[in-house]
Amino acid sequence: MPRTRHVLPGFRLSLGYTITYLSIIVLAPFAALAWKSSKGGVEIFTSTLTDKRVLASLELSFTTSFYAALVCGFFGVLTAWALERYSFPGRRILDAMVDLPFALPTAVAGIALCTLYAPNGWLGKILSPGGLKNLYVSWVETPNQWLVNLLEPIGFKAAYSSTGITIALIFIGFPFVVRTVQPIIQGLSLEVEEAAACLGANRWQTFWRVIFPTILPGTLAGMTLAFGRAVGEYGSVVFISGNMPFKTEIAPLLIVSRLEQYNYNGAAALGFILLVISFLILLFSNLLQAWNNKRTAR
Amino acid sequence: MSNTSPASRSLFRRDFVRRTLLASTLLLSASLAHAEEPKLLNSSYDVTREFYKQVNDLFVPFWKAKGGATVQVDQSHGGSSKQARAVLDGLEADVVTFNQSTDVDLLVPAGLVAADWRTKFPHNASPYTSTILFLVRKGNPKGIKDWPDLVKSGAQVIIPNPKTSGNGRYSYVGAWAWSIKNEGGDEAKAKDFVKKLFANVPVLDTGGRGATNSFAQNGIGDVLLTFENEVHLTIRELGADKFDVVVPPQSILADAPIAIVEPVAKKHGTTDLAKAYLDYLFTDEVQEVAAKNYFRPANPEILKKHAASFPEIKLVTIDEILGGWKKALEVHFKDGGVFDQIYAR
Repeated sequence: MPRTRHVLPGFRLSLGYTITYLSIIVLAPFAALAWKSSKGGVEIFTSTLTDKRVLASLELSFTTSFYAALVCGFFGVLTAWALERYSFPGRRILDAMVDLPFALPTAVAGIALCTLYAPNGWLGKILSPGGLKNLYVSWVETPNQWLVNLLEPIGFKAAYSSTGITIALIFIGFPFVVRTVQPIIQGLSLEVEEAAACLGANRWQTFWRVIFPTILPGTLAGMTLAFGRAVGEYGSVVFISGNMPFKTEIAPLLIVSRLEQYNYNGAAALGFILLVISFLILLFSNLLQAWNNKRTAR
Repeated sequence: MSNTSPASRSLFRRDFVRRTLLASTLLLSASLAHAEEPKLLNSSYDVTREFYKQVNDLFVPFWKAKGGATVQVDQSHGGSSKQARAVLDGLEADVVTFNQSTDVDLLVPAGLVAADWRTKFPHNASPYTSTILFLVRKGNPKGIKDWPDLVKSGAQVIIPNPKTSGNGRYSYVGAWAWSIKNEGGDEAKAKDFVKKLFANVPVLDTGGRGATNSFAQNGIGDVLLTFENEVHLTIRELGADKFDVVVPPQSILADAPIAIVEPVAKKHGTTDLAKAYLDYLFTDEVQEVAAKNYFRPANPEILKKHAASFPEIKLVTIDEILGGWKKALEVHFKDGGVFDQIYAR
């Protein structure tokens, strides 16, 4: 049997290392989780999955994570594009700032966001109903009554609502998209755009037919990472969410609250369910990408 | 080193070896000497950081004066239940100083703490106590004086989540106790009372500090229910011109149980030291420190001395109201318990 020759030596060694590493760092905790939750028997899963409060929290966690991933996807690509394609003063500082959500302890981020978006916070004040009107009235000497009436009802509750949860999740998920898309944009040479233009493509066509398909897989990968991180996020969310049962209670909070009651099997079961759903969603996203790659590869 | 002669090179090498040997011997002996110095690990809950720092600063010279060695007391802080779990999972704490007796009880079946730990130290093994008070906005615009004022419509009450925080649990039991004592001892009425109370809670923070933040920094709610020490700390840190303290006629007694983790102390050879350390918490010296940190000293005389800081209040115990923490957790706070029924749909 002919042996495959690799350019780099040590294939077996690195494969062995990879498998060992994955087993210890990744598989062992999963196995422990599965083992711990199995100690509660089947009924702990059925009782968890039929609890309306658990279902409400799962729905909240997954929908807010989904919306957050969407927003991160759009603004992440925009940011990555701006950072790579334009040079402007302070670009490097801005570039470094993208990583801040990674570095900040999540509880600190949570408290900061909550203070900012609370009804009396800087942003919360403007965003809450009537906030824009108040801002306008305080800025203009003779406010236009028609505009005041128009602005009056505008606003929403930012902190202590599902919007607040989404805001926190956008904050922590943002770097994932920027950092996965940035190198792709960097590798996308200007000549390609020029070639497209030479062949008669207008700007929209260049973007839609040339740039977009190239950065799409990276964007989706970044969004998947952001989504995965968001589903399990606890520290930065619990301060801004308000944690009201059925309304703003995220699934990780229910896990913590089960731990607090020494209900370890129950907590492990809910953790396991969260993990399985996340895994299925990630698998689906990967399959979708594989299908898309196959479809577009001509 | 191409220009060094073979002789000088070997000399250099010998010197190097000698120096390394000397250095490592010194290091080894230093670390041995360090190991001889007794160490104590105190696993405690979140808000006692300042208190135990002051206690440890006093204990080290005290123990030395008694003829002991220079001890090093290390602290570990976190949520009380989390800390208990860590000790159960093998964190080698010599002593535990928690804020809920169930957290100590958790260690009993594993043989880490004696079943009769309550009797091993004076005052039910609780060097100080605390209670739940109300913190309101300056001038008390909603006129909140007692528990029934909290269930009035129009009052917004900040209480942390009873399922994830001790503050929340004590506040819940405090409300329950008010109803039991003043509405004829009917459980259905008590349940209705706490239900109305929590209908006025707009935000359920996961911990006491988060709730304080929501109330004091983010301007949510008309009244905050939290421990006496947290109430005073908030006023000290954020200004007496913003808040007023309301002392209800009756509230709930919160104790701070302590215990030696016997097998660990035995293994470390610190049993005597651990005992001396916990006994020390009941001396006048530390009782004064407790009072300064707004914990109610267990020693009645020292409590009396600080009567100005600790207004008289009728304190009921959880044993009296709900038959102890264990039963309270089982009936009220576990999944599907009374607290969850309040929110059930």
